[in-house]
Amino acid sequence: MNRFVYSKATSPRDAVRSHGKSTKAKYLAGGQTLLPAIKQLLDAPERLIDLSGAGLEGIDVGRKTITIGAMTRHADVAASEQVREAIPGLADLAAQIGDAQVRNRGTIGGSVANSDPAADYPAALLALSAIVHTNARKILAERFFLGLFKNALKSGELITKIEFQIPTTSAYEKFPNPASRYAIVGVFAANFDQSTRIGVTGAAHSAFRWMEAEDHGRGIKNLSNVGLDQSTFNNDIYASATYRAHLLRVLTLRALGRL
Amino acid sequence: MQIQLTVNNTVHRLDVPDSALLVEVLRGQLGLTGTHIGCDTSQCGACVVHVDGRSVKSCTMLAAQADGQEVITIEGLAAGEALHPMQDAFRNCHGLQCGFCTPGMIMSAVELVQRSPGLTEAEVRKGLEGNICRCTGYQNIVKAVLEGASGMNAPAAS
Repeated sequence: MNRFVYSKATSPRDAVRSHGKSTKAKYLAGGQTLLPAIKQLLDAPERLIDLSGAGLEGIDVGRKTITIGAMTRHADVAASEQVREAIPGLADLAAQIGDAQVRNRGTIGGSVANSDPAADYPAALLALSAIVHTNARKILAERFFLGLFKNALKSGELITKIEFQIPTTSAYEKFPNPASRYAIVGVFAANFDQSTRIGVTGAAHSAFRWMEAEDHGRGIKNLSNVGLDQSTFNNDIYASATYRAHLLRVLTLRALGRL
Repeated sequence: MQIQLTVNNTVHRLDVPDSALLVEVLRGQLGLTGTHIGCDTSQCGACVVHVDGRSVKSCTMLAAQADGQEVITIEGLAAGEALHPMQDAFRNCHGLQCGFCTPGMIMSAVELVQRSPGLTEAEVRKGLEGNICRCTGYQNIVKAVLEGASGMNAPAAS
């Protein structure tokens, strides 16, 4: 493991300032992806800025939205009665991330910033019209996830909180990789007054909305003829692109059936 | 950097490298070798300890991140000569063969029971997803956790 300088930020502003001191700085949220990457020499930051003292934890339920602080741990989202009442699918999703120890450390902001194509939260962000708040601006989820580990964050930009629209109903269906617990495919479905939204993770290079299926909404019994662009689907030793497309149709039907 | 850790109820002031992992400090500086390192990929769970009451992989947390917090390792579970009910259950149920994964299994299991006292077998299996055992096939581990849960929930043990 390469050596780095550790510091603990006392506020979001302090974190951004510390980040500016080095071109090879990284924010440290829960560290459940970053620290393994550093251990395996896949990443070698010179400075780590711990966000755990920056006051970014917490869950705030409003009339139409739930806002979750970037440093809120997965276990706390999963255990939150407020989240379970307002957006049960989101609490279910958090309870299925990784394993118990990952959920005790991993954070929503860290997961979203990492933009792993198989991470769970991005599906929910897309289905729930979430807004990613950073130290500098607000970014719509649909403009946030841009590709394989790619997102709209600029260097040093810090996620402070995620704001989810509260749907009338929601459900998350996941087919996990049995070893890593990442989603081979995960589908988050949500109903709003006027629309149904479907967020998909694991299937392609980046999380995406399956808009063709959204148009059919609830009550559909067969998705085999619904359009699906597979050009960026993942194809690896765990699952072929064709199998992922099949899983996506099955899981979407299951998720819609639970709305 | 200077940190302060309370480990198994003893306060330690330590000088650690910024990049030291918690498990390295527990084993190397404090000599608490009950916490094991079984992999290099944060997957096996042999290094699980409790930090401020939560089970964590001590190989995936910096010692610096634990500054000011309370750590319990496998060495801190027993009350003197009296084994913790979960340790006792692992012995009774033969919940181990080589024993390498056992400290992590027990630390994960203890938090699991603390969080949800009325565990089902399915919940035990799900709760141990972060702990890998290469010997037992898990049957006796699950049995041990269920027996350990009864022991932990029994009035005499509380």
